[in-house]
Amino acid sequence: MSAVRDNVSRGRPYAVVGARHGKPDALDAMAGLAKYADDIALPRMLHAKILRSPHAHARIRSIDTSAAEAMEGVHAVVVGAEMPTRYGVIPWTPDEQALAADKVRYVGDGVAAVAAVSEDIAIAACKRIVVDYEVLTPLTTPEAALAHPENKIHEANKHGNITKQVQLAFGDVDAQLANADLVIEGHYGFHGSTHAALEPHCSVAHVDGRGLLTVWSATQVPHYLHRELAKVLEVPTHKIRVIQPQVGGAFGGKSEPFDLEFVAAKLAMKTGRPVKCLYTREEVFLAHRGRHPFEMDYKTGFAEDGKILAVDAKSILDGGAYSSFGLVTTYYSGQLLGSPYVFDSYRFDSTRVYTNKPACGPKRGHGSVQPRFAIEVQLDKAARALDIDPIELRRRNFVGENTTTINEFHIGSSGFLECLDLVEQASTWKARHGKLPRGRGLGVAGSTYISGTNYCIYPTDLPQSGVQICLDRSGRVRVFAGTSDIGQGSSTMLAVVAAEELGVHLDDVRVVAADSDLCPVDLGAYSSRITLMAGNACLSAARDLAGKVRQAVAKKWLCQKRDVILADRRAQRLDDPDVWMDITEAFILAEVEFGTMGSTGSYQTPREDVHGEYRGGTIGASPAYSFTAHIAEVSVDEETGDVRVENIWCAHDCGRALSPVLVEGQIEGSVYMGFGETVMEHHHVMPSGLRTDGKRRDSGPGKEGLLAHSSLLDYRMPTTLDTPNLFAGIVEKPDPRGPFGAKEAGEGPLHSVIPAICNAIFDAVGVRVDELPVTPAKILAGLRAQRSGGA
Amino acid sequence: MLRLPPFALHQPTTVAEAVATLKEFAPDVRVISGGTDLLPNMKLAQTKVSHLVSAKFLDELHGITRTDTHVRIGAATSLQTLAEDEDVRELLPALAYAASRIASPQIRQMGTLGGNISLDTRCRYINQSELWREALGGCLKSHGSECHVVPGGQGCVAALSADTVAPLIAYGAVAEMASVLGPRRAPVQELFQQDGTWHVRIAREELLVAIEIPIPAPQTRVAYRKWSVRQSIDFPLVSVAVRLDVADDVLTGGLVVVSALGPRPRVLTLERLAGSAIDESLAEALGQMVHERARPLPNLPYDAEYRRERMVVEVRRAVRVLAGLPERPLPVPR
Repeated sequence: MSAVRDNVSRGRPYAVVGARHGKPDALDAMAGLAKYADDIALPRMLHAKILRSPHAHARIRSIDTSAAEAMEGVHAVVVGAEMPTRYGVIPWTPDEQALAADKVRYVGDGVAAVAAVSEDIAIAACKRIVVDYEVLTPLTTPEAALAHPENKIHEANKHGNITKQVQLAFGDVDAQLANADLVIEGHYGFHGSTHAALEPHCSVAHVDGRGLLTVWSATQVPHYLHRELAKVLEVPTHKIRVIQPQVGGAFGGKSEPFDLEFVAAKLAMKTGRPVKCLYTREEVFLAHRGRHPFEMDYKTGFAEDGKILAVDAKSILDGGAYSSFGLVTTYYSGQLLGSPYVFDSYRFDSTRVYTNKPACGPKRGHGSVQPRFAIEVQLDKAARALDIDPIELRRRNFVGENTTTINEFHIGSSGFLECLDLVEQASTWKARHGKLPRGRGLGVAGSTYISGTNYCIYPTDLPQSGVQICLDRSGRVRVFAGTSDIGQGSSTMLAVVAAEELGVHLDDVRVVAADSDLCPVDLGAYSSRITLMAGNACLSAARDLAGKVRQAVAKKWLCQKRDVILADRRAQRLDDPDVWMDITEAFILAEVEFGTMGSTGSYQTPREDVHGEYRGGTIGASPAYSFTAHIAEVSVDEETGDVRVENIWCAHDCGRALSPVLVEGQIEGSVYMGFGETVMEHHHVMPSGLRTDGKRRDSGPGKEGLLAHSSLLDYRMPTTLDTPNLFAGIVEKPDPRGPFGAKEAGEGPLHSVIPAICNAIFDAVGVRVDELPVTPAKILAGLRAQRSGGA
Repeated sequence: MLRLPPFALHQPTTVAEAVATLKEFAPDVRVISGGTDLLPNMKLAQTKVSHLVSAKFLDELHGITRTDTHVRIGAATSLQTLAEDEDVRELLPALAYAASRIASPQIRQMGTLGGNISLDTRCRYINQSELWREALGGCLKSHGSECHVVPGGQGCVAALSADTVAPLIAYGAVAEMASVLGPRRAPVQELFQQDGTWHVRIAREELLVAIEIPIPAPQTRVAYRKWSVRQSIDFPLVSVAVRLDVADDVLTGGLVVVSALGPRPRVLTLERLAGSAIDESLAEALGQMVHERARPLPNLPYDAEYRRERMVVEVRRAVRVLAGLPERPLPVPR
């Protein structure tokens, strides 16, 4: 059945939008035909390897590269002093260097790199580079880093090892806490986890005869890479071309520039030959930028009816060695705490601290997954204490639609109540909650996420997204966009929007994406922004062209433009379906009428858009918010402490599902990822926790700060056998700000799975795991405390 | 990506040719039979070796044969074949089950019984990259002189991590080796020594040819239990086999074999419990026995205290299964 008829039969007004299509490019990836960065092989290409620090914290006294340079097959060596410019994805916190010039700040910090005719020679040459280090005391926990402000990880930092502190208050928290019928206090620990995308980072660089530097890289932010390359390499942006080839997953782990991109480019400039640099899996773990470990102290006041009166949240964020997106993370830790609920008052105090570990950054659900865990468990505790059904308690606190939150963010559409209804029904909650045998339990949680941010990372009035569309006498549509398809399907999304408007099939649309020489700028695949922003830009460009095509056809048919519709490879009379022509013919008419057919569209946050009128009030402000609810069902083995997650039901309000199959894929992928970091995954740095007696090892230099697991064998992600049954339910509450009403779907569905699992564990056996990850040992400890009357 | 260092690959077609090659290059030689453990270790420069002798084309090392008294398994028989073989499943179910729980389907296709027995020991301080081990300052098995598992320890305590070893010992299996000096036989139980740097007592000049297992008496019951965080892929964090010899519904003898401790499995005999009924109290008694006499070390990448608790539970569950009881006690009512 064609997409049109499928949609029509279900009463939908669209031909392509909402149809159950796949990704046009999926088969290439499945068949091994897709070309990733590492598939690029250029004539005379050299291979680069980066020498990394074995010390967590040390000053570099000197680097002697002479022995490496003397090796046969070595073409160039580069050190940090050759690229000293400090950069950072957030322009306010430039604290990174392409290679460490003066100091190393974690085990794995790059100090030098070699380009050689083979990777083996490059590796051997790295071993011949002599680095003289003055080893400094490493600070591997936030407590240690805060206790020793004199031992600065970054000398230029103003306040010891604090990278950012945000304190914001809304309403009278103290008075509301004093009035509350119930105050729940809790301490929550959220461990670090990483993205673990299948494809390791890889970059290839080449300088052509005209002096144009081309960098191919496995990135999700080609535009920021472009800017930072220009800054660090001191090459004007028009002399750099950045191309993002097929990317094998990113999840936030490729959302800023990394050492290998600068290294490949610099070595290509030095040698005049193409240079490739490919990470090992260990290097991916070291590059990290994953989920920040949080220590959170929450105090929440409730009225007798379950209404949230006040939230007082304190968080310490373990930032690792560099700022990365940390400024934003620190704001998000509190700014995104409220919705989907209404808080009468709240305040947060979040402090991000430098430590001598791989830098943390944005991982799917950036900065708001950790606080979401804390608040949703707080709500569960309150529901128990007040004897209110936990779903009902959440309904009573619903933030509402077309409203403004206490921290002054505008909420447009919200399908949160529908999400709760859907998971309640799908899980047969009413029939089973509270009636299951001991050892089996159900837990619920809800969440919100942004669909892009109203304000760009760097201050600008330029568009956040640009799309250019051309069509011609072949009947084919070409879409050019700077967007990064990292597997989430952003190129499919653009094709859907263009096909819908221009009346062609998905296969008729060629999307050319993420090539800075060919495509208009898009800021990249982060903060779940592309569908809303690039989608709107694409819609605007496509509507412009569709108007011209309809006008040309109307001229031929001697009718009004509004009487011509484009759908299913046809131009057709609205009032007489028997009058139609092939879409190619329509495009030819338009080309005759208007000349070569092209248009552009752009998206910039509407000027009238609201944001909080206070410092930081722009961070977290989004054009539209998605909503999610999860229910988890677990069984707990009380002899072993094993938690088996049996089922997870997720309902997600994405506004409008442009591609329902892809939305379901995002929901399933998000739930899987959140489930994995709840029960297994842990980006864990030595020594804390390694000794079973809890004592710190008497460590010599270099021992502290080692990753406890730097392979995919030891960094345990769930296999198919471990993964529960997943239910992915789509709720559509179209938001006027999204293209066809669409909001985000890539990150929101992760958040509340974590507290839903923990709440289900409590329902099953009465044990609270407030320190993630959930382990059998913690369950057994909780059961013991329970038996001895301690809990 | 990690690079595989260069090596010479020898592909003999007869055992005589194989052992001559081993003799020629020993000790700088290893047998490769699947390579799913050896090659990653070479990539990490944990194993440094110049010559590999492939077992792939040695017909004598392939296949499973059954006589009236024994099952003989060629050392190069794949783990998948072992897991699926009807004779093994019927006569040695705990071995078939152990093989089926190794790694993943792809690795079981490649990996072999001989390779699993000869699997290198594992430790959180050794199964790491060169950068990592350099940052650590090495260890007894790498380039250093300090043990990070047992501070002050003089011997490497990296853990034997082969799933098949515990059930093979429980079944009383015997290994057959070949070398230029001729054949040699040794019980699998005696194949391992308390030295994690190299724990298998098969000389570099020797080739593991086959494993011979006596067909158990009808009254003998053997169970294997593995615990790892994931249901697939992982090496065992707890690995136990329990053998109960039974006559007239009472215990006459048996073994508890605990692996994944240090370099050598711990073998506990059950003679002193002879006469016990096969019931929950036996499960408790064996659990208590391993709790007292076997202690997991903080060598594998998981909390050692929990592994100890888990080991006890897995022994209890093995006994329950062999006793025909439910594996798990019924939950306490709400």
